[in-house]
Amino acid sequence: MKRSMVKDLVLMTSVISSTLVLAQTSPAPKPAGTAAKPASKAASVKQEDVGQRKFDANCGRCHSFPQQLSPSITGTVVRHMRVRANLSAEDEKDILRFLAP
Amino acid sequence: MRLKDGLIVRNARWILCVLLFLAIWGSRADAQNTPLISGGVGFLTTTNGGVTALQPVISPVAAVPLGEHLLVESRAYISDFIAPKNGNSGPYQGDFFAGLQYLQLDYLATPKVTLTVGDFLTPFATYNERLTPIWISKLQDAPLIYPIGNQQGSSIGVMLRGNAYSAPHVRLNYTGYFSVSSSVKQFTGERASGGRFSMYLPDKRLEIGASYSRLLQGQQGNSAGVDVWWEPYRVPLAIRSEYAHGPHSQGYWVEAGYRLSQWSGPDSWLGRLEPVFRMQQTFRDSPGQDQLPAVNTQRADFGLDYYLPHEVRVNTSYSRQFASTGNTNIWETTVTYRFLFPAWKGRSK
Repeated sequence: MKRSMVKDLVLMTSVISSTLVLAQTSPAPKPAGTAAKPASKAASVKQEDVGQRKFDANCGRCHSFPQQLSPSITGTVVRHMRVRANLSAEDEKDILRFLAP
Repeated sequence: MRLKDGLIVRNARWILCVLLFLAIWGSRADAQNTPLISGGVGFLTTTNGGVTALQPVISPVAAVPLGEHLLVESRAYISDFIAPKNGNSGPYQGDFFAGLQYLQLDYLATPKVTLTVGDFLTPFATYNERLTPIWISKLQDAPLIYPIGNQQGSSIGVMLRGNAYSAPHVRLNYTGYFSVSSSVKQFTGERASGGRFSMYLPDKRLEIGASYSRLLQGQQGNSAGVDVWWEPYRVPLAIRSEYAHGPHSQGYWVEAGYRLSQWSGPDSWLGRLEPVFRMQQTFRDSPGQDQLPAVNTQRADFGLDYYLPHEVRVNTSYSRQFASTGNTNIWETTVTYRFLFPAWKGRSK
C-alpha cells in the first residue's frame, strides 16, 4: 500500500508541475464570461476595475461570472456573497459597482 | 422534509406563512435588491463496484434581503436516488428525498461583522460552505474526510463571521459559531462550537485557513484542520487542499483543476475542457462511527469537466479506491445546469 501511495504522490506532483510549466508559457486569459468593460469616464472605469479585481479575487475563486444577471438582483447577489465570502462592506460596494455600473 | 414521514404536511402551514411574509416584505425591495432564486439542476450517475445508481437532483437557493441589513437565505435539496432494490441486484427502486440544507437569517451588523442565526452550513474547512453546490464542485463526490468537523453538514445556533482586517495585499477572515442539539427531523443538530480563521493574499490568490470544532455532547471530541487554496491569476489553475483530524481518524485531499482556456480562449471547444485530479487518503486511528472509511483508504479521482454554453456543465470521472477491505472502481457522470433569476419582477429605478 505504501508503494502505491508513493506512486500516487509522484503522479500527482508531476501532473501539477507539468500543467504549471505549460500554463506559464501563455498569456493570462480573461475569466470565462466576464462582462465587457463599458466605454465611460476614466474614474468609473477605474472603479469598475477595482470591482472586477475584487470579484475575481473572491467570488471568481469558486465560480464563473453568471452568464445572465438581471440588474434587479445584483444587490441581493452581492449581499449573499458578502456573507458567504466574508466580504467587507467596502468590498460589497465595489463589486456591486462592477456588476451594475 | 421526508415526504413519507408526513413532515411536509405538519410543517406546510408554518413554511407557507414564512414564505408569504418574505414575499410581502421582498416586494418592497428597491431596484437592485429583489429576492432571487438560484441554484442547480443535475442528473447524476454512479457506477461503484459494478452497481449503477441514478440521481436526478434540484437544489434551489432562495435569498431575500430585508431592509438594508438583513438577508434570509436557504437552500433545499430534492432528489430521487434510484438504485437496485437489493443493493447490487434486482429491480431498480427510487428513494425520494427533499430537505433544507440550511435556512438562516444574516444581520450585517457592522461593515466587518455579520451575525447569523438559524440552521447554517457548519464553517469547518472550505468544502462545506463553498463547494457543496452541485454546479460548483468539480467532482461529484465529496472528499472522504468531509464528515470531520462538519456536524452532519449544518448546525443550528448562532454564528459570527466577517473580515477582521483588510488591506490591498492581505485579508484576515474569521468565523465562530455555537450550535445546539436538536432532534427535530427537519432541523437536526448537535451541540458544538468552533470556527475558522484564514489569511488570504488577493494578489496571489493564495489562502491558508485553520478550523477547529468541539463536539459538546455524547463522546465529546475535538476536530481540527487546515486548508490551502491557490488559484494564480496568470493560469486557469485551481489547487485546493484540506487536512482534517478528528477524534477517530484523519485524512487529506488535494485537488488540481486546469481549464484549457489558454488555448483558443474559454469559449473554444478545447477551452471549455477542464481536467481535474484529486488525491485523497484517510487514516483510521481508532474505531468510531464518524462516517469515514473503517480502514485506511486511498483514492485517486481523475475527472474531465466540460463547460457547455448556457451554464450547462458535464462532469465525468473515474476513481480508483484502495483499501484492505477491497479495491474498487468508481465511474461517475454529472450533468448540471446553473440558474439565477429574480423571484419576481423588481421595482424599476
